[in-house]
Amino acid sequence: MAESARMVDIHVMGKHYQVPEGLTIMTALEYCGYRLIRGCGCRAGFCGACATIYNFKNDHQLRYDLACQKTVEQDMYLVQIPFFPAAKAFYSLEEIEATGEQVLSLYPDLVKCFGCNTCTKTCPQKLEVMWYMSDALRGDIRQVSAKSFDCVMCGLCAARCPQGLVPYNVALLCRRLYGRYLAPVSRHLEDRIAEIEAGRFDDDLEKLKKMDVRELRRLYAGREIEPAN
Amino acid sequence: MYPAHMEESIRKVEATRERRLKESLLRLGDEQKTPLLQRYHPDYVAGKMRQLALGPNKGDYTPDEVADLLEGNSCLDPDKIDLGRVDYDVDVLVIGGGGAGATAALLAQENGAKVLLTTKLRLGDCNTVGAQAGTQAADRPNDSLAIHYLDTMGGGHFANVPELVEALVKDAPMVIKWLGTLGVNWDKMADGTMHELSGGGASRLRLHSARDYTGLEEMRVLRDEIRNRKIDYLEFSPAVELLMDDKGQVCGAVLVNLETNELTMVRAKSVVMATGGMGRLHIQGFPTTNHYGATADGLVLAYRVGAQLIFMDTMQYHPTGAAYPMQILGQLVTEKVRSLGAQLVNVDGEQFIMPLEPRDVVAAAIIRECQERQKGVKTPAGQVGVWLDSPMIDMLRGEGTVARELPAMVRQFGRFNIDIAREPMLIYPTLHYQNGGIKINTEGATTVPGLFAAGECEGGVHGSNRLIGNSTLDIFVFGRRAGRAAANWSKEVKSGSLTLEHVRCWQKDLERAGLSKLRPVSPLLLPDYARPIPDYLPDYSAQALTAHRIKLT
Repeated sequence: MAESARMVDIHVMGKHYQVPEGLTIMTALEYCGYRLIRGCGCRAGFCGACATIYNFKNDHQLRYDLACQKTVEQDMYLVQIPFFPAAKAFYSLEEIEATGEQVLSLYPDLVKCFGCNTCTKTCPQKLEVMWYMSDALRGDIRQVSAKSFDCVMCGLCAARCPQGLVPYNVALLCRRLYGRYLAPVSRHLEDRIAEIEAGRFDDDLEKLKKMDVRELRRLYAGREIEPAN
Repeated sequence: MYPAHMEESIRKVEATRERRLKESLLRLGDEQKTPLLQRYHPDYVAGKMRQLALGPNKGDYTPDEVADLLEGNSCLDPDKIDLGRVDYDVDVLVIGGGGAGATAALLAQENGAKVLLTTKLRLGDCNTVGAQAGTQAADRPNDSLAIHYLDTMGGGHFANVPELVEALVKDAPMVIKWLGTLGVNWDKMADGTMHELSGGGASRLRLHSARDYTGLEEMRVLRDEIRNRKIDYLEFSPAVELLMDDKGQVCGAVLVNLETNELTMVRAKSVVMATGGMGRLHIQGFPTTNHYGATADGLVLAYRVGAQLIFMDTMQYHPTGAAYPMQILGQLVTEKVRSLGAQLVNVDGEQFIMPLEPRDVVAAAIIRECQERQKGVKTPAGQVGVWLDSPMIDMLRGEGTVARELPAMVRQFGRFNIDIAREPMLIYPTLHYQNGGIKINTEGATTVPGLFAAGECEGGVHGSNRLIGNSTLDIFVFGRRAGRAAANWSKEVKSGSLTLEHVRCWQKDLERAGLSKLRPVSPLLLPDYARPIPDYLPDYSAQALTAHRIKLT
């Protein structure tokens, strides 16, 4: 950043500050002097802690993003979203079934979705939230899993749903059902676990553990490397 | 979208690409690796580490930033703490709500313990969520526990504790299955075969992934399971000191509410430390991939009750942190990009290191390329970096591979109008992982009775350099072992009466060493990026503005 960094005007909860161009919303808040406790997590777009609402001085349309990822723009008005509890169904994964009826019985409000698409427009990951909610309603657990996979669980979809639905928790239920019950079984994993339990590798490991470093280095240097797939 | 002078270098990268698709550099032998590391790896930079002046590791070297905190002052005055007022009385207290802590809490509860988990930010705010590439487990027919063992030892420069590595590789397949049973969506082929990738230093395809959101997928499932099983947890409540009893056993902790500064007293028959790493200490001024809360708190607390640490002189600098644009400086560009075939090339479009060497070797080679050979690319913000040639991936594996395998990376760079399927990424090493930590045995027990540790805050598993995919494995293997062992310990132990005498002794030792006034209060809890402007950001002319602030508290 050059010495002559251009400054942009932003408003944090209504108060005016000037910050250098190119900062994210999060680093801009810190630049203004805020030491964050809430609304700051991995700082890399994965944890969903920093869901943010903003609009502009002359454009009152609300917009949404992750504070750690979004760059500040001229005349931005910023609000960190406060905590509010979101509905979550409690269940024991081993005692439920991977069916549409099951999903609907845990989240009966699903039927209230009237397709306004606010959730999709709100998602900072740009997921097709409304479409996976309709997949959930139809009981297509596989589709919900695939479409919702990149969800960081920031909760913005639930914050904005006019019907009080919680798409991110519905999606989590569906992914867990898919992973446990619908994904194909990995035969080679089962076989390997059986071999370990039968002690097939015990002697090898015992030998390696006792081996002196010179011998280990020799083995390491000479090990065969499988080509990348 | 890159500035013109960077575009110029990209033209050279494109010009050599056709040739490089067929070019593969050889792996280095030990006789080449050792001098490369010793000259260029930050662990070897003279004058940036010092010997600890007191405590169980007195005399051992560690980075200055870590030493300051380990030699720090307690924030508590034991005379003012009422040990008779106990807010929670549990069997197992887990400190830390990341992958290791959540795993330990689940296993402790399964083994009959009444569990309380406490964490500094939210449940699941941790480094685990940022782990992208995958989790290692030797479960393919051409792989074996012995090969995984050998790869791990070699990656760690043969310094690893053999028994811990044995536990790591032996539990690995079972851990993959356990996570699948909890509903983790592993990448699989239609017939159920795991879709496994290679990784730096691994001689077999062994990385189990969930797109490039592997750690996020693991963590969101574990967090949901903690909630489903109604395990008690406290958020925004870090521990600031451990409690002991008059028999020298750890039996609880003092927590602080980060927003109100109110103290919470927890009596527990055992404690599992799972506080993660220390990237936010910005060792040697490096940017970091780490979570906001990664400030080595667990090491400080454990050190003060007398727990031994191990390998505190070695940090992992991930070779590929983003160097451009400035908004994502230091953030992780997953090793999976290299696993998929992208090469590392300099300003002239030439390769300079085999991209799948262990991380420390690759990091050292990038630093050499930029510093000694001056073959890096400079950004407008003054950062230097080399290219990670991601467009090769679709050329090698077919159109659409980048979009399918690297959605998080595509999204992260796409925000800045960089299409990583068409344009390379500029990268430079970034502080990523604490290789060492609290010394444990195979059950996660530390050298202090009643105190267990799991995950990044413990050390020994990875020697002096960790391999890709062994950290998310570590948190589950040792999270499970520590959780189970802590529950069992709690069934047997006869706790005495609570005391903070160890804090009094520590402060006396600190004064005797003449250090109490020279050292900060620790644990740090959170980095202070508000004042002054953090080092990891470039200097602004407007920085003068912040000089007018005063500290009111």
